[in-house]
Amino acid sequence: MSARNRELLGLAPASLLIVAGFGAVFLQEGARLGNLSLTYGAIFLGLCLAAHIIVRIRLPDADPYLLPIVAVLASIGLVVIYRLNATLARDQAQWFVVGLIAFAATIVLLRDYRVLERYRYLIAAGSLLLLLLPRVPGIGQQANGAYLGVSIGSLSFQPAEFAKIGIIIFLASYLRDTRALLVSRKRFGITLPRLKHIGPLLLVWGLAMLMLVFIRDLGSSLMFFGGFLAMLYVATDRLIFPVVGFGLFSAGAWFFATTVAHVGDRVSAWQDPFDPKLYEQIGGSYQIAQSLFAQADGGLWGQGFGEALISVGDSPILPAAQTDLIYAVIVNELGLIGGIALLLVYVLMIERGFRIAVVARDSFSKLLATGLTTVVALQVFVIVGGVTKVIPLTGVTLPFVSYGGSSIVTNFVIVALLLLISDRARREARR
Amino acid sequence: MNKPIIRVFAVLLLLFGLLAYFTTRWTVLDRADLQANPQNKRELLAEQKIERGSISAENGTLLARSLRRGDGTYARRYPENGLFAQTVGYSFLNPGTAGLERFYNGQLTGRTAGLDQTLRKLQGKRQQGNDLRTALDPQSQQIALDQLAGRPGAVVALDPRNGRVKVMASVPSYDPNVLRSARQTAVLNSAPGAPLLNRTTAGLYPPGSIFKVVTAAAAIDSGLFEPTSTVNGSNGVEISGVPLNNAGRKDFGQIDLTTALTQSVNTVWAQVGERVGKRRMSRYMKRFGFGRPVPVDLPGDERLASGEYCSTDGRRKIVDLTDSCVDIGRTAIGQDKLLTTPLQMAMVASAVANRGVLMRPGIATRTVDPDGRTAYENTPQQFSRVMSPATADKLTAMMTKVVQEGTGTGAALSGIDVAGKTGTAELDVINNITQPWFIAFAPADDPQIAIAVTIERTVGGFGGTDAAPIAKAVMESLLR
Repeated sequence: MSARNRELLGLAPASLLIVAGFGAVFLQEGARLGNLSLTYGAIFLGLCLAAHIIVRIRLPDADPYLLPIVAVLASIGLVVIYRLNATLARDQAQWFVVGLIAFAATIVLLRDYRVLERYRYLIAAGSLLLLLLPRVPGIGQQANGAYLGVSIGSLSFQPAEFAKIGIIIFLASYLRDTRALLVSRKRFGITLPRLKHIGPLLLVWGLAMLMLVFIRDLGSSLMFFGGFLAMLYVATDRLIFPVVGFGLFSAGAWFFATTVAHVGDRVSAWQDPFDPKLYEQIGGSYQIAQSLFAQADGGLWGQGFGEALISVGDSPILPAAQTDLIYAVIVNELGLIGGIALLLVYVLMIERGFRIAVVARDSFSKLLATGLTTVVALQVFVIVGGVTKVIPLTGVTLPFVSYGGSSIVTNFVIVALLLLISDRARREARR
Repeated sequence: MNKPIIRVFAVLLLLFGLLAYFTTRWTVLDRADLQANPQNKRELLAEQKIERGSISAENGTLLARSLRRGDGTYARRYPENGLFAQTVGYSFLNPGTAGLERFYNGQLTGRTAGLDQTLRKLQGKRQQGNDLRTALDPQSQQIALDQLAGRPGAVVALDPRNGRVKVMASVPSYDPNVLRSARQTAVLNSAPGAPLLNRTTAGLYPPGSIFKVVTAAAAIDSGLFEPTSTVNGSNGVEISGVPLNNAGRKDFGQIDLTTALTQSVNTVWAQVGERVGKRRMSRYMKRFGFGRPVPVDLPGDERLASGEYCSTDGRRKIVDLTDSCVDIGRTAIGQDKLLTTPLQMAMVASAVANRGVLMRPGIATRTVDPDGRTAYENTPQQFSRVMSPATADKLTAMMTKVVQEGTGTGAALSGIDVAGKTGTAELDVINNITQPWFIAFAPADDPQIAIAVTIERTVGGFGGTDAAPIAKAVMESLLR
């Protein structure tokens, strides 16, 4: 069977999920929901097919499993959001349309994605600007102490999401050029590169620290810096780089946790979510405590789909259920089994990402695929880890599942890039 | 470059393993702890969406009901305000639940109802709880509250034939409707006189002479004594090496037990107690229900056990009567370290009234589901056989004399024989602070009601003059 036919077959489970999910929600809450709301599911099915056709035409050799896996994740997200709020599901379905346009545009415009290397400094500068945008007075927005959003007119988005891709492209390109230089010089038996080669990398570390100070978001900076370290390690094959890098990051994070009040609050809320003072405090541990309570109610099998207690009357019990806490909602309704199943889908997706990196022929492609996959994986770790109290809770989205336009669009671009890399690698391998 | 890529994948797999472990921790391993966390209000919050069943008195008076609010949640209201405050309890998001509301939460929310409720849910109907019916009598309850007239104390009355609780009054009371506000809750929590405390089941008081009924039951039922047996009733008989005084230091000489009960002679009953002995006394007390939380359909932390409370290493603890700290002679007349709840003493009267068979007290009679069918029935149960019918008959005759010509004439009803016993526990001899008691049942020849009345810390009050008239008024109302 050809790769594309396998892909089409792979989309069947996602279709079943969306049909069953929308059907279940509609049966249960039919009184509350309009018939029109069922079309959001139909839109989604159409989009899956459209994406498949685009890939079939432009990237016939691309990995056949990535798109179906993404479709499964997106359908889980859409169904859960639909169950929470039909209006949000409509918005989310519309964002999928925008995401698909971005997906198609990436595939069509970046026939040869290696042209990106030529613009790497422009991309890096643009990404930096995007990152700092939320601190620009007038358009920047603060939520829970972190500066992540930008709003211009009626449009609001999270620039860090877009900057993510840019910085990875820059790093992949930069590391491909300097990887040999980074490991060439040895002093006292250890790899010790020259300052001019290590300089830009220290800059990236500084950037991550800057994000902590300016954007005040531990989660995003962990995500960025983790992706960077993974790429650095893959480029050099020297364990010393990630070890030293992680040490530097920990030192920086510790410093800011003890000096910046907002970061410190998050850390203490994480350490002791049931402390009555932190629990009552605005922006304190209420959210994480509620997340844990909701998961406990889920148990092994969950309370059943559509059963989660999200709000009573107008007062929310699970704040930000459709974004930050969507994993807690899923565990509450589908139990440990549902949560683990979701994590397994992500593991499958990450596995495809790294397989693409392994199969890719040139270092830029390998580094790019590694970076993109690692950042998505770390994003899952940061938010699910935050919701399950592995690390302090910070507001990043659960890729493809959480409600949020910027996140959907960015992640579709990431998938498009991975498919582009995969298509080239597999075509070359076939020859 | 492929090896490091695979290693990065391996590290990420480890991180995902961590996520899986923590999810397991919250959903399975630490589940019970999280659900028991006092900050976890999910259960209560979920219940706000359920139309909770009503609670009603025997005559149909609504004691608690749910009102639908604009946002689809329900609010609890108590139409009779403070009438049955501590018994009915409350159910609010903030202070939580208490009383019948707590004990029957599963029934009232319909959560324990099983298949029927599941079917309702499948049909898309709103979840609705079961209505709770009780045997409580609002008019008599009001009379009990009026009679206590603001003095801290308790009145509890039940039907000795089936244990149904008719009156359960605890003063000071409160209006449960105000608990909707968190501030009012805090005020009530620290209010003087502890209005939230259900004194009938969780108030512990020295019983004084009403306990002589227990001693008499043990003495006669064991065959050691008869109502006609004579004992030396002089003042100042040595009990456990210390001379014991009668009320007013009165000398009675050789008198029979009937007279000794009618006149409540301490020295006689203390000697009887010593003859009966710790073991036998302990056995009879257990049959009456002493030694464990008073058995009634209220939450465990609202019920206390009656018995001998000795202090060991600074902590007051209930002990068996065979413990060395017990002075059996003084225990037999309701002194020493004896502490009892009013409901326990009503059970003593009830056991004598029901010819020796003690029925388990019950407030609720049954629950009714939204379709009008009985969902749960609180069928009357025998708690124990305390004494033989013959012993009970003899005791009834003795207690009838107490009301006819002894210390309890204040409880006499016209045309109906009342059997009773007075008690006046001395709390502070110097300041003359006493705890008046009265237990009774009526009619003596066909008992339909058993009652216990007590008033906290009166200045110079007596069981016969202060508690007996309250019992009289409540019994009059209940027998009407």
